[in-house]
Amino acid sequence: MTATVVPPAPPTPRSPSGSILRPRKATGWRRFKSGLASVLFVLAFVAAAIPLIALVYYVTREGLKVFSWEFLTTELPFSQRSVDGGIGPAVVGTIVITVGATLMAVPLGVLGGIYLNEYAGKSKFGALVRFLSEILTGVPSIVMGLFIYTFWVLRVKEQTGFAGSLALACLMLPVVIRTSEEMLKLVPHELREGSLALGSRKSRTIRTVVLPHAAPGIVSGSLLAVARAAGETAPLLFTIGATQTANWNLFEGTNTALSVQIFGNANSPYIPAQERAFGAAFTLILIVFVATALARIVTVVYTRRVSGKS
Amino acid sequence: MTQVLDPPASGAAPEPPPPLVGGPRPPGYLADRTFRIVAVLAGVMVLVILALIIWVLFDNSLEWFREEGIGSVFSLDWAPNEGKYGAGALVIMTLMVAVIALLLAVPVSVGIALFINEIAPRRARLPIVFVVDLLAAIPSVVFGLWVLRQLASPLADIYADVHNLVKDVPILGDVFGDPSASGLAIMTAGIVVGIMIMPIVTAITREVFATTPASQKEATLAMGATRWEMIRGAIFPHSRSGVVAAVIIGFGRAVGETIAVALVIGSSQVLTENVFAPGDTLASIIANQFGEASGVQRSALIGFGLVLLAMTIVLGIIARSILRRANRRLGIA
Amino acid sequence: MTTTLTPDTTIDGVATLPPTEVDQPPAAESEVPEQEREVVFRLSEVEVFYGAARAVTGVDLDIARNEITAFIGPSGCGKTTVIRSLNRMHDLTPGARVMGTITYHGENLYSGKVDPAEVRRRIGMVFQKPNPFPKSIYDNIAYGPRINGTRKRSQLDDIVEHALTRAALWGEVKDKLKSSALGLSGGQAQRLCIARALAVDPDVLLMDEPCSALDPIATARIEDLMHELKDNLTIVIVTHNMQQAARVSDRTAFYTAEPDEEGRRVGKLVEYDVTETIFTKPGDPRTEGYITGRFG
Repeated sequence: MTATVVPPAPPTPRSPSGSILRPRKATGWRRFKSGLASVLFVLAFVAAAIPLIALVYYVTREGLKVFSWEFLTTELPFSQRSVDGGIGPAVVGTIVITVGATLMAVPLGVLGGIYLNEYAGKSKFGALVRFLSEILTGVPSIVMGLFIYTFWVLRVKEQTGFAGSLALACLMLPVVIRTSEEMLKLVPHELREGSLALGSRKSRTIRTVVLPHAAPGIVSGSLLAVARAAGETAPLLFTIGATQTANWNLFEGTNTALSVQIFGNANSPYIPAQERAFGAAFTLILIVFVATALARIVTVVYTRRVSGKS
Repeated sequence: MTQVLDPPASGAAPEPPPPLVGGPRPPGYLADRTFRIVAVLAGVMVLVILALIIWVLFDNSLEWFREEGIGSVFSLDWAPNEGKYGAGALVIMTLMVAVIALLLAVPVSVGIALFINEIAPRRARLPIVFVVDLLAAIPSVVFGLWVLRQLASPLADIYADVHNLVKDVPILGDVFGDPSASGLAIMTAGIVVGIMIMPIVTAITREVFATTPASQKEATLAMGATRWEMIRGAIFPHSRSGVVAAVIIGFGRAVGETIAVALVIGSSQVLTENVFAPGDTLASIIANQFGEASGVQRSALIGFGLVLLAMTIVLGIIARSILRRANRRLGIA
Repeated sequence: MTTTLTPDTTIDGVATLPPTEVDQPPAAESEVPEQEREVVFRLSEVEVFYGAARAVTGVDLDIARNEITAFIGPSGCGKTTVIRSLNRMHDLTPGARVMGTITYHGENLYSGKVDPAEVRRRIGMVFQKPNPFPKSIYDNIAYGPRINGTRKRSQLDDIVEHALTRAALWGEVKDKLKSSALGLSGGQAQRLCIARALAVDPDVLLMDEPCSALDPIATARIEDLMHELKDNLTIVIVTHNMQQAARVSDRTAFYTAEPDEEGRRVGKLVEYDVTETIFTKPGDPRTEGYITGRFG
């Protein structure tokens, strides 16, 4: 009597030498853990996006209550309680002080980057400058404000927009140096060789061939530094004083800025002051976002141009 | 032979070129030297600025050192009206805020870094990075304003709930103690700072994770590992020191954060272990009190600035050397 | 001027010489008797070090005016190192040292009184990978003359047209002089670089593997160019392509890399002679080995 016995199916192989016809798949529990981890990572991103969205939404909502051309151009009221008045002087101050800081920090910073990448190479002094520049990026902005206050304001015995520009420039300088050095490093060495082989001296080669190639990246990085500087409060607190009227003169008289106004009005019990704070905050993030977006655009548009049309 | 347009040469031998030496002064030599000097000077400026900062701060805090005596410079009492100028309480509370910030920011940053590098589809990467960059671009004062006005009250309620939950538990009851009614507290400051340092910690962590050799990742996957196991098995071990460096850098940022903290921490200089209570940090007390301060108090606040500077310098050096050692092990520069 | 390819040359990977050039001695006009050769470069006992490592040694040769001299040899033999010492490019490499004597028209090239920028104005160089500047075609060519002080628009226009014509590129770009040089093809870009070097009216043109990044058609055009240019220039070319050396050069120097007393590989000059001799009756067995290894 024959009976066909069907042997039980062999168990799914688990050893490393598993059958290639039936590849090892992770067991359910391991797959679950992996899926859970992925969900957590997505949640992490959401956790970052939520504050951003909430902040932008809230500041925009409150800021738009007062935001208008008049708001941006009218003088500050003398009393916090007052409903009239705008933040004109603060807008002027932010612009003037930030521009002043940029004009000092960017040329010096680019030159510093040139020194580090084109002249210093692996020298000890170059390494020292690089190291100290990195340290300088970590200096808290309030310390920079204290520094300029004690070093400059106390000496010239007055608070001016220029003092604020000095403090901001000190904050921007190491950032611009680092960006410039990195962008210069990306310039292919063949370009330098080609220029030098024509009899061009090093400084001319840098000016006419290397810098133009690195320019989009340097501009982009500088724009980001400018955006950061425009939003700074602490360096300006003790250095620029205060004013109710717009002051376009960097070197004479006290000044004010959007960031300082926000700081001063944030705690105010008076609604109009709070509204002004939000209006100023909205203006500030508008400026900062535009500058950041501009930086990205410069990178995208001009990098394509430099690498040729193809 | 094609005609060459250049005139000379047929018949007579061409003149020898002028000698290299003794010719007219080469053009551009002076400009080249000058440019080089200017570039070097720009590098020197960094040195000068840092040296000046240290010197000026030190010089102006001598009054404080003399008044307090070097020994009790870090005493726990800050009461200028009573002639007490101790920095101790503020140092500790600064560290508390920083630790809270890191506890919040690091897991989230690591998660985002992994999300961007490993999970998100290529095309989504740029917009996501853009979102994180936007967060980095928002000024500190706007963060402070937002939390102050929108989050402080809800947080106060949350603190109250948590406190009620644990108030009888031995240690927890003290740490999560009686909450400040306004929501202005050490915890609130920690939360703000945590949000603010998240972009930089994410950026560094991403870079570190990205240096994991593809071969290691593929090796684990080829053995049948799940994605999470690959991350744990290949990315994490490789990135250990890099993540430590990122944490230290975030720590440095957290310590220096001034304005947002000043707006939400409640300005109380009494040392407390209760994170729901108001406090103060080295940076925020300078921002809040320096304007009206004079004499020893002013000198003390400048001394606080010096302490802050010292902390950030030390942290910066530590982070840098960790990163350098990690890079050397990988063979990068 | 268009390039026509003779029926015997092929366009695939390895071009073969038409048999005529190997079997018969070259035409008399390209063989100048030794005494009449005007020496442009004289290298005596030249060695080049990168830091402590010796890269090349034992280089003694003369390079004569209006001749094309080729440096050939396996990789690492020092031929690029030697050619770069002729326009003081090693000045740019920290730690590089050139020992021995190199004279240019009788003057010591490395004397402390010599301005390296002036050297490079007289001795131009074209590189392996074409490196046009991120500027317009016009500005690329005008770059050199502008350094030398030429400002007037009309003068620059003439120089640009002249240089581009000498480089056999004028016809192709004359209508788009203002467009970016980065849009040119590989062969065009290399001719641009040659035109750029010619625009400063150099005495010597050094070419470091100028065709290795180009396709055979572009290569042939540049080789034709070299024949035309040598009437007014002295040319030294480094090439890893022996057939190219045999096609274009009057004299050839063969280098090789050998272990020295301490076992480190150092480049050295093995043999230097009239090209025809090198390729048909090489004196040194190493030269013969290199040559025949390729011809197979």
